[in-house]
Amino acid sequence: MRTVTVVGASLAGLYAARELRAQGFDGRLVIVGEEPHRPYDRPPLSKEFLTGSTGSTGSAGATGQTGSTGSTGSTGGGADEGHLALTDAEEEGQLAAEWLLGTRARGLDPRGRTVLLEDGRTVSTDGVVIATGASARRLPGGAALAGVHTLRTLDDARALRAELAGGPRRVVVIGGGFIGAETASSCATLGHDVTVVEAAPLPLVPQLGREMAEVCAALHPRGGTRLITGAPVARLHGTPAVTAVELGDGRRLPADVVVVGIGAVPNTGWLAGSTLALGDGVLCDDGCVTALPRVVAVGDVARVGGVRAEHWTSATQQPAVAVRNLLAGRTVDRARPLPYFWSDQYGSRIQFAGRRRDGDTVRIAEGSTGGDGFLALYERDGVTTAALAVDRPRPFMRIRRELARTAQPASAA
Amino acid sequence: MIPVCRLEDLPVGESIRIDTTPPIAVFNADGELYAIDDTCSHQDASLSEGWLEGCLVECPLHAASFDLRTGQPTCLPARRPVRTHQVTVSDGVIHVRPAVQEGTAA
Repeated sequence: MRTVTVVGASLAGLYAARELRAQGFDGRLVIVGEEPHRPYDRPPLSKEFLTGSTGSTGSAGATGQTGSTGSTGSTGGGADEGHLALTDAEEEGQLAAEWLLGTRARGLDPRGRTVLLEDGRTVSTDGVVIATGASARRLPGGAALAGVHTLRTLDDARALRAELAGGPRRVVVIGGGFIGAETASSCATLGHDVTVVEAAPLPLVPQLGREMAEVCAALHPRGGTRLITGAPVARLHGTPAVTAVELGDGRRLPADVVVVGIGAVPNTGWLAGSTLALGDGVLCDDGCVTALPRVVAVGDVARVGGVRAEHWTSATQQPAVAVRNLLAGRTVDRARPLPYFWSDQYGSRIQFAGRRRDGDTVRIAEGSTGGDGFLALYERDGVTTAALAVDRPRPFMRIRRELARTAQPASAA
Repeated sequence: MIPVCRLEDLPVGESIRIDTTPPIAVFNADGELYAIDDTCSHQDASLSEGWLEGCLVECPLHAASFDLRTGQPTCLPARRPVRTHQVTVSDGVIHVRPAVQEGTAA
């Protein structure tokens, strides 16, 4: 294999590039990225980056990264953005890749040997790593009103942060999932008046189950924000800037800033003309290999063994397996990452690992749900299937390692 | 020198966080005492709550790993070292001498 093209220059794409070199690929490595920025870490965008505290908790030398990102930082906050960088000049030198940033891929030929770029260029390639991620879902039929934001990219976060810097605002966050809750928490920290509206009767039930979802929903009022549930959004009001959010029952919530946090959709549109099977992601076997043996997919865009996980850890763990299979030309290894995610909100750290199913029983193993943190275990037939911790990192780590030891391939779950 | 705790209060395999600025984590790794910056160099997490194995501690948030002897990261996602600090025991009490704060770039 002489050329490998990684399409997507975020976490999963970067880890794939690292793996290619680590596993001995010494050919031409092309990395295509839609955003103009070098790879950066997204999790802080809804948290420290928004509140402006990035870097202040880091160790000495953290500020030394400033300016090494090569980002187009023109709106200030350079030190913060430097802290988000996933690579540095030294590593980029070692990768010896051709970076095509600010360049969107618009197609993959049927044999998977040519990547078409939006600017008309083509990249001839022997192997492809698809790592195009996902995009923030937008409100259906929502016109682009000023003051309405999503939070997915660095540019999104810059725009929202700039708007929040202008004094107290009435903020309505649409969606009570993790992004919504973290954003609401950050806005409250900054002194804004915050309301979270959630269409479902309770947020996070699919992820945590009803019992624990109720516990996490209670964090909102504790953090000083209002949570309105069972409240689908009917429409937004305002011209040209948003002034209110109207709910399905006719209630109107005045709003200066609206953040839409209603999930993400995998970026597969550019693959429409390819021979790859698509359906809520790029369909792969449990080794991240698509129908074409020289095309693999990783991260948020990949549906691996029937499961698409928008988890930071999946994006960092799948590439090793995907690259091994790509270089072998067939599936010789399978990805077995234990689902793991975390969220920081209202001063609490929530961590979840494992594969819970409806009907699992929940047992509080440490602490209490009314107090200053707890460890909850999900159990089925006497076996622990998953664990949830709020401010209990140490016991959570122990149980997470135990769960990882017994983790099965995603498709066997 | 900052007194931390009595030696017998930090058994093998245990760690403790001291609220210096920045905070410091002290570990008893198989009888050897080590002190490093408590905050992971990748993101905000307390290494004193990490997983101790030999001379390595694994961050509880993203599984970055650091060598307690040198402060160097041994795997991603951390790429920057944490500082190490001198540890001594006198009269049965563990003490830490914080490393001189390096001039920051700012």
